[in-house]
Amino acid sequence: MRDWLIYRTFWDLTVTGVALGSIYALVALGYTLVYGVLRLINFAHSEIFMIGTFASLITATNVLGLPMLEAGEYPYRTGFQLVLILLACLLGSMVLSGAGAVALERAAYRPLRGSGDQFGAVVLAFVSAFVVGLIFFDTPKSNLIFGIIGTGPIAWMYLNIFRRGRQAPRLAFLISAIGASTAITEAVAIWGPRDREQYQTPRVLEKKTLFKLFGTDIRIDYVIVIIGALLMMTALLLFVNRTRLGRGVRAVAQDVETAKILGVNVDFVILITFLLGGVMAGGAAMMFTLVYDQSKFNIGFLLGVKSFTAAVLGGIGNLKGALLGGIVLGLAENYGSALFGGQWKDVIAFVLLLVVLMFRPTGLLGESLAKARV
Amino acid sequence: MSLSESLKSVTSGARSVSRLGEALGNQSRSVRWSFGAICVLALYLLPWWPNVPVLGWIVETPGTSFPSVLTDQVVIFVLVALGLNVVVGLAGLLDLGYVGFYAVGAYTVAILSSQHANLPWLVCMPIAVLVSMLAGVILGTPTLRLRGDYLAIVTLGFGEIIRITANNMHWLGDSRGISNIATPPSIGPLKFGVLDAKPYFFLGLTIILIVIFLLRRLENSRVGRSWNAIREDEDAAELMGVDTFKFKLWAFAIGAAIGGLAGSLYAGKVQFINPSNFPLQLSILFLAAVVLGGAGNMWGAIVGGALVAWMPERFRGFADKRVFVFGVALVLVMVFRPQGLIPRKIRKERWLESWKPSTGTALRDKE
Repeated sequence: MRDWLIYRTFWDLTVTGVALGSIYALVALGYTLVYGVLRLINFAHSEIFMIGTFASLITATNVLGLPMLEAGEYPYRTGFQLVLILLACLLGSMVLSGAGAVALERAAYRPLRGSGDQFGAVVLAFVSAFVVGLIFFDTPKSNLIFGIIGTGPIAWMYLNIFRRGRQAPRLAFLISAIGASTAITEAVAIWGPRDREQYQTPRVLEKKTLFKLFGTDIRIDYVIVIIGALLMMTALLLFVNRTRLGRGVRAVAQDVETAKILGVNVDFVILITFLLGGVMAGGAAMMFTLVYDQSKFNIGFLLGVKSFTAAVLGGIGNLKGALLGGIVLGLAENYGSALFGGQWKDVIAFVLLLVVLMFRPTGLLGESLAKARV
Repeated sequence: MSLSESLKSVTSGARSVSRLGEALGNQSRSVRWSFGAICVLALYLLPWWPNVPVLGWIVETPGTSFPSVLTDQVVIFVLVALGLNVVVGLAGLLDLGYVGFYAVGAYTVAILSSQHANLPWLVCMPIAVLVSMLAGVILGTPTLRLRGDYLAIVTLGFGEIIRITANNMHWLGDSRGISNIATPPSIGPLKFGVLDAKPYFFLGLTIILIVIFLLRRLENSRVGRSWNAIREDEDAAELMGVDTFKFKLWAFAIGAAIGGLAGSLYAGKVQFINPSNFPLQLSILFLAAVVLGGAGNMWGAIVGGALVAWMPERFRGFADKRVFVFGVALVLVMVFRPQGLIPRKIRKERWLESWKPSTGTALRDKE
């Protein structure tokens, strides 16, 4: 019975698997880049993705004024208008996710590397003042004002107690990441546009069948996701392999100290790395809302864990590995849940990871952001 | 302003605690023992602390009964932090799926005392500890040969696999969970029931004290020194003849056993468990407890566990915002005190002293 099921829907599963896998791959790129450069599991990267889905929603409804999704009544657009809306959403997600990733780096990681600066101090100070404001005020507005007023003196104080030049242990980075992840999720749940509810994004793209392949309808949104992911991936590869800054990224990934001696601005390179990861996650987030039309404040968590699994599967630190790992994971999940039932979907992903690591401890393609790595 | 001030006072408080420890170390044996006895007594009286004038205002948990916070949260978290500290702090292995062992312990008690058999809690508990230890060995054997960061993601997966398996298998009570789990047997006036949480606290505290005692012995033994060496530099340890794989497996198994112990205690207290009691986020909270307190330092782990468990209950006034505040606090503590609130003591001084007869003066001059 089950065998027959998988035979009948095999191509269907393949297409949706590759589409889901492309989203995993784009998010995995962020993990893999940061890991390659800093050797840090950027736990908060999943929240950057989540911010992207919200940015897409805000762009569509608040900026472009599209109505929310209601039953049987989609605000379909066609032609040039559709392309513009999609591009605007993509831009919104990329900008906000990229900015979020940069702020995260400077506030939560850079001070731990011993080079905390004004920007990080201001972000940290604002958040602290905001938290203190929670004690005295009830409305978000007065909280915000109190936070802004308190930022100055606290930032000044923070700048003075930053542990300059002292590297924190690696575990501290991870805990800082976990803290930031928790704080961002909760902040969006409390003050975000949709509380803790799941929300629907306006569906502007009519999901028509584009063409038939092996008797399966190929929907237009899947095609957009797969092509979009490939394009972004290519752009990233070109950037890392061909540009001057990309060379800096590879140099820092290979050996921080030597890169520093040779005149690479390490902190700037790390910032760029986070920015790239954030932009990729933003693109993934927009495509996610395109396919699934929905998001939630905690959507990032499981997706983030899966994407990290994909990064490890392909070989962490390896950009092409992230793509391969993402697609393999997406396919394995789809085939697996057809074979064993949907409730085992997440188990399949992890068992696959265990098996691959057992036989290829460095992932499918090996670790190689810098090529000559141990 | 007051948050950073309180942060400062917390860190200076931690510093004075460690100074107090040093001062005590210089006292005679009888002074140390009596100080320890007073501390232990004070801990056993913890459920009554909210009635003390100033102290009570600090520790009270508005909206929840203090003894039940102690048993359901603090005792469990402290025990788990102690176990995880062996894995993360002593051996330096990053375990993100510790909740898996905790769940194995809880489920073993649940299955043996309610679902498929009717054994008393006292019989189930050692079996649960052994089963979780076995789970640790089974998971550790293939994965401990991997590099550290892969271990993190593999253990993360393990925690999820355990939860999803429990959720989907009828034999394990699927998503409805298992109820009517046996409680620990009543001893004299200590009645383990649903009404009074205090007996569970006394039991939990006793178990914690025993675990602390055993771990202290272990830390100062050959095994503990091997863990130290592995954590500082695995390759160097291997070269010096430490069987790194064996000792890493030991750390994993012992950590898992303590996690299982905490799970069995939890199952005995709440008498009803279901898979949603063991989410992945709990693993992360456990790890946060260890690192917040100071990875590698047992006292740090205890303080971290107690703080992570108690703080959200204390600040119920923040209602739904407390998790947010907790996240911010984690970042701030790591930024300004990355070694944790009570960092591991580096034993340099003691080494220097032992060298004093021959090279001591030269070293002193340099310093």
